Amino acid sequence: MAPAPVLLSKRALIDRSYLEHRAKLLDLAAFLDRVERAQGDGADDFRMRALRECCAMLIDTKPNRAQRVLELLSDQSREPIAHAGTKGATGAVPPTASGAR
Amino acid sequence: MYIDPHIHMVSRTTDDYQRMALAGCVAITEPAFWAGYDRSSPQGFQDYFRQLTDTEPKRAAQYGIRHHTWLCINPKEAEDPVFAHEVIALIPSFLACESVLGIGEIGLNKNSRNEIEILEAHLELAAKHDLMVLVHTPHLEDKLKGPRLIMDAIRNQGKLDPGRVLIDHVEEHTVGIVLERGFWAGMTLYPDTKCTPQRAVDIFEMHGTERLWINSAGDWGQSDPLAVPKAQLEMRARGHTEASIRKVSFDNPLAFLSQSGRFKTA
Repeated sequence: MAPAPVLLSKRALIDRSYLEHRAKLLDLAAFLDRVERAQGDGADDFRMRALRECCAMLIDTKPNRAQRVLELLSDQSREPIAHAGTKGATGAVPPTASGAR
Repeated sequence: MYIDPHIHMVSRTTDDYQRMALAGCVAITEPAFWAGYDRSSPQGFQDYFRQLTDTEPKRAAQYGIRHHTWLCINPKEAEDPVFAHEVIALIPSFLACESVLGIGEIGLNKNSRNEIEILEAHLELAAKHDLMVLVHTPHLEDKLKGPRLIMDAIRNQGKLDPGRVLIDHVEEHTVGIVLERGFWAGMTLYPDTKCTPQRAVDIFEMHGTERLWINSAGDWGQSDPLAVPKAQLEMRARGHTEASIRKVSFDNPLAFLSQSGRFKTA
């Protein structure tokens, strides 16, 4: 089966969802401000660096932004790791990981 | 009417069963998963498997929902292979239960060698008993790497038909490789991680609706047991037909799960 088309027009999609995404953008802007205002270490946190790189990706003109953001935030290595030192994930690739860029 | 093919009702209240029934849920499948802590003995899984095969079907039946399950030790507890093999040895005694559809949710969490060893042991068990398989893929930054390792393990096992294996929690960067290799794929609708209902509908629009389903994977973390009907609402608002909505939220899970010979919606 062929992929389903986007059924709503550009204008209809914008009318329906602009305010929702304006709010998400403001949340992100306020989060960046909040981290900047906060005391202590973390200004160079790998997750914040990754987030800024992703922000730059959002305003380029290439398609598939969601896929490219996910790939940017992913471990790119292909081999299994020796041991799982933790159960959790952080949402960006720690600089010590085998698949760090 | 819908099926939620992946939800952890042991972590949810009876009110959730009622709300799901009111929203049109007629059947669910519940894979075995991590309780939020490591069990202290394999016997803890004996009790958990009894809960999945005996207690939950009765709770669900009070609201007219058919409950089915998948059994395994999940990859988060696979880093101790001796322990994990002991748990796997418990599974065959539950396979005669009519509500057991197969082995799941197995897979990888951090993509470690021990996790792969336990994944392979589960795959052998599934092949030996001709069972279907439900696969968990890793979280966040570990997700991209997981499906390739998992699909390679399944191919190397040699006896499992990809058409009877569903690889769950796909997102934009993993859905294509799973579908290309002939597997079924599942999208989990979560508030913060995995897919939102809006992105899941985007993925249907970009990849089509064949061999794809949606689920809530509701559990003890941030999750929404009504995520599937919310995705139905999103599809409707975006102009998708009732036939398309039914296909992804009822017909597709029915087609995949019916291969077990045990799945029922009434």
